[in-house]
Amino acid sequence: MTARQRLWLFGIAMAGLVACYLWAFAGLPGFGDYPGPYGQDILAHAVGQTNATGVVSAINFEYRGFDTVGEEFILFTAAAGMSVVLRRLRGEREHEPVEPPVDKARRRSLPSTSSSVRVVTLVLVGPIALIGWWLASHAQTDPSGGFQGGVLLATAFMLVYLSGESLAFRRLSPVALLNAAEAMGAGGFAAIGLAAVAQGLPYLYNFLPLGRIPGAVSSSGTIALISFFVGIEVASAFVLIVGEMLEQTLFFRRVRQEGRGS
Amino acid sequence: MISTAVMDVLQVTVLVLVAGGAVVVVRTRERVRLVLVLSCYGMLLAILFFVFQAPDVTLSELAVGGVALPLILLLAIAKVRKRPE
Amino acid sequence: MQVFPFLVVAWIVAVGLYGMVTSRDLIHQIVCLIVVQSSTYVLLLAVGYVTGGVAPYFSDISVHAKAVDPVVQALALTDVVVEAAVTALLLSFAVQAHKKFGTLDPHDLAEFKG
Repeated sequence: MTARQRLWLFGIAMAGLVACYLWAFAGLPGFGDYPGPYGQDILAHAVGQTNATGVVSAINFEYRGFDTVGEEFILFTAAAGMSVVLRRLRGEREHEPVEPPVDKARRRSLPSTSSSVRVVTLVLVGPIALIGWWLASHAQTDPSGGFQGGVLLATAFMLVYLSGESLAFRRLSPVALLNAAEAMGAGGFAAIGLAAVAQGLPYLYNFLPLGRIPGAVSSSGTIALISFFVGIEVASAFVLIVGEMLEQTLFFRRVRQEGRGS
Repeated sequence: MISTAVMDVLQVTVLVLVAGGAVVVVRTRERVRLVLVLSCYGMLLAILFFVFQAPDVTLSELAVGGVALPLILLLAIAKVRKRPE
Repeated sequence: MQVFPFLVVAWIVAVGLYGMVTSRDLIHQIVCLIVVQSSTYVLLLAVGYVTGGVAPYFSDISVHAKAVDPVVQALALTDVVVEAAVTALLLSFAVQAHKKFGTLDPHDLAEFKG
């Protein structure tokens, strides 16, 4: 099938899809006119029931906690899948990096990172890690939560790599420790749910004391605890993912194979 | 409180920018430039989510679409580019 | 304004799919997939928006203030993070394909035998 035929087929299919879309959207209530009943019901009762003023996190970790467990395990599987897919192929060998990095093809050393980049990134690592940690542990009050905090925490690690210290990044993120941290995060979430079952309550029921003041740090029972575990898991997963890709770039070299293309 | 008219104008503007940004991302062909354009598109999306009164999603999109995803993309591009041997 | 956000969603889907179909580079295809994914976030948040509503956080406003739908925000929030990880997995497939076959052109990759 030539490219033009493919484009024609796509055009016809796309026209059909867009027509269906527009027909579906014509049946929707106008933008901003639909206060969904489920959402309004939760808004009316969430703060009273869970003592958490961050309603979105309350939904994520309590009302729809089971969906969040599933999503977290998708993340876990993606990170694990990357380690499996990026395995060493036959004919590849791993070589130890040299510092400073050398461009073998041109026999020169690569220009080191500029001083301003190094200073700014290294200075920002601390505050960003702190902010990420804070976000991950304060799910019940403000716009925060395990997922955002975890990604920000992982960003702090990535800043170490971006400042030019790729070996420091590798030493800071040993794979065994990250795997253990990720497993602890995912397992912790599931275990909190099972702890509720052990007490005869439904899975992931909020069984810790709810505190007295809505929005205080110690309020909202299991929501804060689950968000903390989710933060650890998301941070480890992202650092693992970046570490896997980095290994491919820095440490794996292909052995030339004659007569097989590449 | 912001009046609904101002909110409307703001939302329409950012929606138009996002639609334009999607076209720019798709029409960029060079790889490294694509990563930078994607990062800008992520920022535009974050602004859109903010104007839609969703600060949580804004935080996620900023961290993921602005930093993590472009970094992973750049590493993959560095791996697959042709090395002048 | 009643239907404009939904039109933008349909536009982004069409543009992203067009980019995927006419792409000659696996990396560009994956980025177009990211664009199509972003349209779903916009759709979710557009469905949940309530005119005159504020963000659903009540630490400093009254519990009875009109707020936008929090359920779709919860969905979109986990969505963004998880789909980034799945995209990273897709990229690792592309890297391995390049290692084995030497090319990232989807037309050439499609005709490979064994």
